[in-house]
Amino acid sequence: MKLSVDEDKCCGAGACVLAAPEVFDQRDEDGVVMLLVDTPGTDQHAAVREAAAMCPAGAIEVTETP
Amino acid sequence: MTEQVVRLPLSTDTALDAPAEWEELRDRCPVAHASLPSGDTAVYLTRYEHVRSLLSDARFVRPTAKDNAARVAPGGVGGAAATGSSSALPDRGEPHRRWRRRVGKYFTAKRMAALRPGMAAMAEDLVDAMVERGAPADLRAGLGFPLPVYVICDLLGVPAEDRERFSHWSDTFLSVTRFSADEIRSAHEEFVAYMAGHIAAKRAQPADDLLSALIQGSPDTEDADDAEGLSDDELVATGMGLLVAGHETTANMIGKMVSMLLDDRSRWEQLLADPALVRTAVEEALRFDANLGFGVRRYISEDIEIDGQLVPAGSTVVCSMPAANRDEQAFTGADDMDLSRLPNPHLTFGAGPHSCLGQALARTELQVVLETLLTRLPTLRLAVPVAELRKTEGLLVGGLREVPVAW
Repeated sequence: MKLSVDEDKCCGAGACVLAAPEVFDQRDEDGVVMLLVDTPGTDQHAAVREAAAMCPAGAIEVTETP
Repeated sequence: MTEQVVRLPLSTDTALDAPAEWEELRDRCPVAHASLPSGDTAVYLTRYEHVRSLLSDARFVRPTAKDNAARVAPGGVGGAAATGSSSALPDRGEPHRRWRRRVGKYFTAKRMAALRPGMAAMAEDLVDAMVERGAPADLRAGLGFPLPVYVICDLLGVPAEDRERFSHWSDTFLSVTRFSADEIRSAHEEFVAYMAGHIAAKRAQPADDLLSALIQGSPDTEDADDAEGLSDDELVATGMGLLVAGHETTANMIGKMVSMLLDDRSRWEQLLADPALVRTAVEEALRFDANLGFGVRRYISEDIEIDGQLVPAGSTVVCSMPAANRDEQAFTGADDMDLSRLPNPHLTFGAGPHSCLGQALARTELQVVLETLLTRLPTLRLAVPVAELRKTEGLLVGGLREVPVAW
């Protein structure tokens, strides 16, 4: 699984951090999303998919790799 | 669009039920004509994909006073929140984004998590007081209404003794029918006067709160616009925005969430047996709430097509998030409350660039309330049949007038 985020779209809702705190964080200066890892381990996949679905701005892109 | 006109607000059997019309509208008339209590007409959206995509469309924002958009209520009653505000805050584009990021950085998930112990202590105290007065009690008056305003007062650095005044102002700003235009105007004047004094005091003596931080700006930043703090007008408008957006909404949601969980007590028992479900249960309560309020308006400033139909420039669209949240195309078993539903991309906080700034705060408050009640009052139950629960009269933010409970 590969992850990317669109900082311009991000509205700082923090839903991703609540869903997957080991993968996402928010910058202190403006609340915009930060990726802590861009290829999360399999134990994080479910939480990452939830975070992507929950993002109100659709700013998280998940690419499932075989 | 058909010629049939939907009269808003739609009625329901009990205060917790969804209007019967939603399913038919989603199926057959997802882009409907509606008439509002003001007599003005609007386009009414009920499908998940349409509501989500319009709310996410940065071209369209809430109507402003100059748009001549459809009004919710007659005669301008209902204040800024109902008529479209002429607020000091930027409402679109890059200026809106800058304002949002400056304020938004105080509402990150981590900062809200840091507020959790303080919130839990406030919730404990309110439950203590409720228990001391004895059952039956009104959970709205005892816990749901005071807690969010206490939290907002803390964020703004407002002292505890002024919390009741904030409660009253907030209540007045949001009512469409309960207060006269004069009462709303005078509450507004009192609020602005109070905030002016409060802001002056914070300028003189900054403290560790949101207002002080917004006054100071970020002197370390390279960006000149961010280095400077907000103006007094912007600060008053931000305080007002937090109160209007964050108080009654959360207060009502607390009452509705608890009522929904107690309506079918097996839900409550499921949470008692597995408290780890609190997080997903809160999201499901947010999704399942059919009495969310009127919906969010968007002023259509250029022609668009929705579901192949032209929605011409000058239209006002009402996006029904609660109808969208019950869309079977988006949620399997949409009319069942599933406390472990995952993922749960409900639209209760909106979507896109204007989605609720305080959603991490609201989520944290709702989780804290639920955890506190499950621990302190495991025997909690509704003290009246659901059919006796009454909706609040205001149109903008749906809620229950009282939530009688016993334990």
